[in-house]
Amino acid sequence: MIVADKKPVEEIIEYVQGCKKILVLGCNECVTVCEAGGKKEVGVLASALRMYFLNQGEDVKIDEVTLERQCDHEYLEEIRDVADEYDAIVSLACGVGVQFMAEKYHSVPIYPGVNTCFLGATEQRGLWTERCQACGNCMLAITGGICPVSRCAKRILNGPCGGSSNGKCEIDSNLDCAWQLIIDRLKALGRLEDYEKICSIKDWSTDRAGGPRKVVREDVQI
Amino acid sequence: MSVKTPSKLEKILSEGHLAVTSEVGPPRGSDPEEVIEKANLIKDHVDVINVTDNQTSVTRMSSLAACIHIKQMGLEPMLQMVTRDKNRIALQSDILGAASFDIFNLLCLSGDHQSFGDNPKGQNVHDLDSMQLVQTVRMMRDEGKFLGGADIKRPPKLFVGAAANPFADPFEIRVPRLAKKIACGAEYIQTQCIYNLDKFEEWMKLACDRGLHEQTYILAGVTPLKSAGMAKFMKNRVPGMDVPDDVIKRMADTPKEKQAEEGINICIETIERLKSVEGVKGFHIMAIEWEEKVPGIVERAGLYPRPEID
Repeated sequence: MIVADKKPVEEIIEYVQGCKKILVLGCNECVTVCEAGGKKEVGVLASALRMYFLNQGEDVKIDEVTLERQCDHEYLEEIRDVADEYDAIVSLACGVGVQFMAEKYHSVPIYPGVNTCFLGATEQRGLWTERCQACGNCMLAITGGICPVSRCAKRILNGPCGGSSNGKCEIDSNLDCAWQLIIDRLKALGRLEDYEKICSIKDWSTDRAGGPRKVVREDVQI
Repeated sequence: MSVKTPSKLEKILSEGHLAVTSEVGPPRGSDPEEVIEKANLIKDHVDVINVTDNQTSVTRMSSLAACIHIKQMGLEPMLQMVTRDKNRIALQSDILGAASFDIFNLLCLSGDHQSFGDNPKGQNVHDLDSMQLVQTVRMMRDEGKFLGGADIKRPPKLFVGAAANPFADPFEIRVPRLAKKIACGAEYIQTQCIYNLDKFEEWMKLACDRGLHEQTYILAGVTPLKSAGMAKFMKNRVPGMDVPDDVIKRMADTPKEKQAEEGINICIETIERLKSVEGVKGFHIMAIEWEEKVPGIVERAGLYPRPEID
């Protein structure tokens, strides 16, 4: 899923200064799972904003809505009739949702309420870690199912570098060395000899480097 | 191994001499005198001078520019190139730039992570990794082609090397990793600083068992310790560094004013012992901000005078 983290409320307050009617808009997908932008967090942020404006002696109306998704036309249409009533919408969706909202509703400023962090997994409640950088050219088949692009600090394709120590990365002794994990996994699979295969120079044109990307699937288009 | 480049290092190694290299770290400023001064301190005692590339991710004068200063002194530089800061366009471009000044030695590295340096908020590139950079240089030199496939007019003549750290983890792949670097085309290897000689000898033996010592020239890396504090710092704070407790104890048991001398003694003893290790073809002396000690180390280790090469 897309993992996001809450923005400091002070930053959000700066965006919405002077607004009289604000919509805090949550998303029921990834950001709900990572507890950054679901219905619960919408409530918490709306309360914090109400408290702030009350203390400032300002009369600001703050509404709360959580959509099923903000990356889908169908669900964004649900606020079609009310969107224009607001001076600002604070979207707690990932960057995709914020932008899709902005593309759809031109006359209302849309502000991000979270920082979109990475594609990751829930390791445990309150701990999410990165697993994928969407390079568009998956190489997990040759690396034992562990991704050096997202999990090695230098995305070294023929690792580990000389900084791997006791299974940890040189930049953080709490961070697993991706190449230690790859080697352990290849060993467990009885494929350690695969380690010596040289990973050739990667085509990064499917990555961010190639410019904004799109997937076109004519077979499923209507 | 037949000689493929005009590199002095390659000639010395191919003639069976123990090679001696050392390094100059470019300054945090634009004064060429600092490079020239450091190079002058070591020039008569080493065959080739490595020039580090923004080492520990701290911004410095470019390695290529410093190499050119050294070349213009009539000395032989080795351009260190990390894949952290440049994409494949810039790397190939700098390789040509180096070749245009008849720089004949290139060491391919990935580089420390930028979080260690003075720009921890910067991006890193890592378009290629160090092995792929070795492959790139070999392709440019041997096939006369760019990565994009086009022909190079006057291809670079670079003796291509890589680093190896026998002390990083996991140990079991350290020799296979060396084998990969050789398979990519690394013609020589400079190792991480050696303090744990037993472990280095174990690594070397495993490398020799696979015949790797006959496919590349391995230069053993040494760094004289200045103090017990430096020894502890290297052990605890420098990634992938293995400083055994007996070395730390020996330094710590030495009176403070004699620690620097003791560090040099350890360095010389290390060279002496490693001279007889099968597969060791030379030494890379990294005297960090202590270049003036290199001549004494080389002389006391019996590596002076350096061989004359035409």
